[in-house]
Amino acid sequence: MRDGTIVVAGASLAGLRGAEALRAGGFSGRLVLVGDEPHLPYDRPPLSKHVLTGEIAPERTTLPGVGTLAAEWRLGTPAVGLDRAGRVLLLAGGERLPFDRLLIATGARARPWPEPAAAALAGVHTLRSRDDAAALAAALAARPERVLILGAGFLGCEAASSIRALGLPVTVVDPAPSPLAGALGQVIGGFVAGRMEGAGIDLRTGTEVTRLEGEDGRVRRARLADGGTIPADLVVVALGAVRNTDWLAGSGLDADEGGLSCDRACRALDEAGRPDDAIFAAGDVARFPHPLDGDRPVALEHWGNAVAQAAHAARAMLAGPEAAGPYAEVPAFWSNQFGLTIKSLGLTEGADAVAIVQGDPRSARFLAAYGREGRTVAAVSINAGRWLPAYEGAIREGAPFPPITGGADQPRPKPVPPGLPAPQPA
Amino acid sequence: MRVVVDLNRCQAYAQCCYAAPERFVLRGDEMLVYDPAPPEAERAAIDRAVLACPVRAIRVEPAAAEGTA
Repeated sequence: MRDGTIVVAGASLAGLRGAEALRAGGFSGRLVLVGDEPHLPYDRPPLSKHVLTGEIAPERTTLPGVGTLAAEWRLGTPAVGLDRAGRVLLLAGGERLPFDRLLIATGARARPWPEPAAAALAGVHTLRSRDDAAALAAALAARPERVLILGAGFLGCEAASSIRALGLPVTVVDPAPSPLAGALGQVIGGFVAGRMEGAGIDLRTGTEVTRLEGEDGRVRRARLADGGTIPADLVVVALGAVRNTDWLAGSGLDADEGGLSCDRACRALDEAGRPDDAIFAAGDVARFPHPLDGDRPVALEHWGNAVAQAAHAARAMLAGPEAAGPYAEVPAFWSNQFGLTIKSLGLTEGADAVAIVQGDPRSARFLAAYGREGRTVAAVSINAGRWLPAYEGAIREGAPFPPITGGADQPRPKPVPPGLPAPQPA
Repeated sequence: MRVVVDLNRCQAYAQCCYAAPERFVLRGDEMLVYDPAPPEAERAAIDRAVLACPVRAIRVEPAAAEGTA
């Protein structure tokens, strides 16, 4: 396909990089990007880091590529519906955008605090968009007495690190036994917990906040499941993300808050599991069968996945699913927190063993490999990013675990259970 | 100008920090902090940083291209 109309629903990283890949692949027709936010595509990773510390102004995060892309923009106008039979995208405000191909890259939004009245209290924030980060940075500049962060996943931990760096008292609460337990397990999470406490974070794991209470419309304290109370005048809700698929209700596509199902060629699937040859998905919203995990459907909230999957979808749109082949990028992400650079390759979910295979946690520089049923499935580096690429082949091939033995500093890796949550039944 | 670094790729070789020390800084062992919107006057230094990166992780869009969108 070289001409006609391609509409991209979603104007963040995946939408932008998908649109660029379409142009680079020779598409010369009409290209329209639709975004719910009024902003041009911007980079999200700095939002929980140097935007919160005030080092980078939120509006400086616009991504390179937006200026040179030959496309029409519909910003501040969310997609509200899809007429699949008529091949028309419906926008807020009533515009109907006909398309020959549609790329759905509507991403995800922050999961709000479940009680709406408490979520609406002044001082209760989520952190997903540039505007969220600007609002939170402004609230931090007013020097709150204590910041409470709900959730010790990557976002909660990064926010805790940034806010603590401002010299503010920070409490982090998570029901899991350690931070990052869902993504990295309790063994590596326990190492990070030590760093957090060393930085002066009041870390409360194994308990959860049951209620947020306010006075005069402003949050004042949180009640814990174990009966305790935490006074806090600023709360960051970091409880994960919900995929933006509500607008697809009634379209006949297989979509829910966990994502929009698609096949290996990024084609969206209908409720009967049949691919729609005109509709593709990429980025956080796309739930796709991952070859590294027995084709279990996964939806990845990774910067690198947004870039690579959008490019793959663009190839499949232009050249067809067979020519594009199956999407099989090894998942990768990074995080910066508490003086650590954490980088990950592969999928830790369902791993039954972890072993330090290079370096030593005592020096805060090491590499942990994850195994599942005797196969290597993931590797995580802590301040040792240059060691990580050597493990990509082992992960891609499912090489025997532990993957590399006889290293000078870890001659006999000792696998232990990683402390990950029990696998979800398929 | 607009700058983004692919921090999956970045291996903290710090060549950008030598090429454009005002805009790229390495903190701790390998945490790269950079200015995503450096002034156009530093174009030459930023271009040197792009070329110096051994893993090709830096992408730049010059200011001249920003106006169209």
